[in-house]
Amino acid sequence: MPWYVDITARVGAMLIFLILTVLALVWLERKFAGRIQMRLGPMRTGYQGLLQSLADAVKLLLKEDLRPANADRWAFQMAPFVVFVPIFLIFVTIPFSRELVIRNLDMGLFYIIAVSGLSIVGIVMAGWGSDNKYALLGAVRSAAQMISYELPLVLALLGIAMQASSLNLVTIVEQQRFLPNLFMQPLGFTLFMVAALAELHRSPFDIPVAESEVVGGPFIEYSGIRWGIFYLSEYVNLVAVAALASLVFLGGWEWPLLPPAAWFLVKTFALIMVIMWVRATLPRLRIDQLMDFAWKILLPLAFVNIFIVGLYRLYQWPTWTVSLISLAMAIVAAATVYHFPGGERR
Amino acid sequence: MTALGPKEDNSLAVLLGQTLEGVAAVIEQPQGEAVVTVEPEKLVSLCRRLKEDPGLGFDYLRCLSAVDYGDHFQLVYHLYSMAYGHKMVVKVNIPLEDAVAPSVTAVWRGADWHEREAAEMFGITFTGHPHLVPLLLEEGCDEHPLCKSHPMVALRPPRNGDS
Amino acid sequence: MQRQLDTVDMTLNMGPQHPSTHGVFRMVLTVDGERIVAVEPYIGYLHRGIEKLSETLNYRQVITLMDRADYLANFNNELTYVMAVEKLMRIEVPERAEYIRVILCELNRIASHLMFYGAMGSDAGVFGTAFMYAFQAREKIVAAFESVSGARMMHNFFRVGGVRDDLPRDFGPIMARLIPQLRQSIEDCHNLLGHNEVFIARSKGIGTIGPQEAIDYGLSGPALRACGVAEDLRRSDPYSIYPKLDFRIPVGKDGDCYDRYLLRVEEMRQSLYMVEQALEIIPPGPVMAQVPKVLKPPPGEVYVRTENPRGDLGIYLVSQGGDKPYRVKVRAPSFCNLMALEHLLRDCYIADCVMVLGSLDIVLGEVDR
Repeated sequence: MPWYVDITARVGAMLIFLILTVLALVWLERKFAGRIQMRLGPMRTGYQGLLQSLADAVKLLLKEDLRPANADRWAFQMAPFVVFVPIFLIFVTIPFSRELVIRNLDMGLFYIIAVSGLSIVGIVMAGWGSDNKYALLGAVRSAAQMISYELPLVLALLGIAMQASSLNLVTIVEQQRFLPNLFMQPLGFTLFMVAALAELHRSPFDIPVAESEVVGGPFIEYSGIRWGIFYLSEYVNLVAVAALASLVFLGGWEWPLLPPAAWFLVKTFALIMVIMWVRATLPRLRIDQLMDFAWKILLPLAFVNIFIVGLYRLYQWPTWTVSLISLAMAIVAAATVYHFPGGERR
Repeated sequence: MTALGPKEDNSLAVLLGQTLEGVAAVIEQPQGEAVVTVEPEKLVSLCRRLKEDPGLGFDYLRCLSAVDYGDHFQLVYHLYSMAYGHKMVVKVNIPLEDAVAPSVTAVWRGADWHEREAAEMFGITFTGHPHLVPLLLEEGCDEHPLCKSHPMVALRPPRNGDS
Repeated sequence: MQRQLDTVDMTLNMGPQHPSTHGVFRMVLTVDGERIVAVEPYIGYLHRGIEKLSETLNYRQVITLMDRADYLANFNNELTYVMAVEKLMRIEVPERAEYIRVILCELNRIASHLMFYGAMGSDAGVFGTAFMYAFQAREKIVAAFESVSGARMMHNFFRVGGVRDDLPRDFGPIMARLIPQLRQSIEDCHNLLGHNEVFIARSKGIGTIGPQEAIDYGLSGPALRACGVAEDLRRSDPYSIYPKLDFRIPVGKDGDCYDRYLLRVEEMRQSLYMVEQALEIIPPGPVMAQVPKVLKPPPGEVYVRTENPRGDLGIYLVSQGGDKPYRVKVRAPSFCNLMALEHLLRDCYIADCVMVLGSLDIVLGEVDR
């Protein structure tokens, strides 16, 4: 098989898998949020509304692609793809099991971090190109949020990389055969998940797209398939982050009984459900509180986390000590945040 | 039904009479509320007095209404004292032509929108109002729909697309 | 070094088509980044000329207009108007009718506050959950209203001299089921938002106003009580059967969004308590006084005010002796509360603006009339 056929097949398969997953996730989110809100969610389209997201997708495809008269044409029309492509590129190196991966990179973790930071360009393009103040506000919020939360996210992953002495995701997963990193670095996991929520623009950090304030933010002027691509990338990003978390913290496919890829998907979906649960429960922070939280709480904690892992590596402490210290730090941090929530109080 | 029985009401009337002596105001009590009718020129000073007098303390402007009686406008100020629970009414008669009244926004900030509403609905000018622009009506509408002379019709013919 | 970067303020038009301006309210914000520098409210998009219309309809027909002023507290609005006409005509209302009115008004207050709760939750950014919690409870109340008046919202049920019909025969059992459910719902709602750290961080200390300023601006209802002024017309200027009922007037301390929220939650509990009491001691008897076929109040004027869910609703009614009111002025609580918006939004962020507006709980039908 020539290499280009091979790579096209792999990428195509991944794309189809992702689109199907997103359709399923949209349905799942609506159902799940519905149940939390004591209602049924979609019921009419197919059994239990299973075809609802398919119907929505078809509707989006058929809708008119509107462009505001004063929009910056190129920025406006390119933006959805500039957002989607980097997020999709993450999946190039996400291993579903030891063999099931498009291309396993030695610098996998580094690559993911590098690529995922790019999609903000598309969001800023969308915000700028829409010629809409709400969009611009949303884009600026998004950029500020991305910069602030990229740091704790990367530092949390750095703790893992230090511990594993590798950036290769397969290696990192295989080291967790007996003890997932969740138990090794509970603090790192907490930091990662919180920062990931912000990266995903998910509640309680959905400030850039806040429906009740900036009415969808950068996506306010989009319709039809371009909006659909934004929506798709939002969910693909959700899968990517949950997949990454399940790989580096929950041990990926490394659990007995079930086939490896199944374990991976179970863990990923469990994390996605948690993120959805948070979304359906929590109100939204304000932008200054969000910034305070990132710079004054998450970032110092991330350094503490690295410090603990560094000490552990340097002095070869037994595993349980680092677990305990990390857990204790996580609890102390949670208690502190609980009593002194971020943000100035006027 | 009202908090002030006739006895208390008398005392408020007496109190008002003492405080407002020399302001040349008429005091009457239909429906159990003290009513003071005042000339437009003296309105603001009277209101300030009613608000700042320690024995009266009418610090709350309940309502500001304008009524078109055909030959004159009447502005009706319903006042309330949070501290004492007193209620009273101040009335000002102003002519239909040259309908000008002093604004009481300097006394009670809550008069702001009430005066703007009366201004656009009746065409009354409130001198001293900081921002006397139309409030409820469509921009550029120079009619005064609540005047009795204004017919009960739509302010503008329906356009295409109006439901 | 001089400032290298010059920034200019941006004008941001919020509304009238914005999901969280609670209808067709519009404000023009001048913002410096995320911070609000100035705010200019614009209202009138829902102006239907209720006051002018009232002058062309007879006294009974005006009740239907009052339903449409504050469309979330229909019974309370009807009550104010019919009380004004009754006071003008000196009609004694049968006691049973008074009880029915108070029961319905207090239930309506709960429904209205639940609506506030849901909208405030959505404004704060809860993805629909608060709204759904509130609406499921509100739905039950609205269903009970339907059993009484036949309509879910625009009831046209109160009459000058009483109420249109007696309560349905199964109203007692309906309420016996409803009250515990409502009590549970209110607590559920409060548990979802009231103790949430994010919600507290978003609402505490935001949109504060002191008692002196609040009185000066003419605030009323929960917005006034939240700053510590224990002014409730049901107690300070009692009407109907409120003197016979036992209830507490919750009072806030800081006058911020969180206090306004807490206060309304407590008011819901108190209203529920009042409904329970009223249902226990409701006397039998007629529900309609003897009133003439054509209502022609004697010439005169009357100002009646009641405690609406949103505050002090006043109706200034002038009669010249005909069968139509000469002048009806509605002093809408939302209208007056909204005046303080500029004060409340001082030094706030754009996100707070939504919270403050939500905590004022305005109804545009009443603001614009």
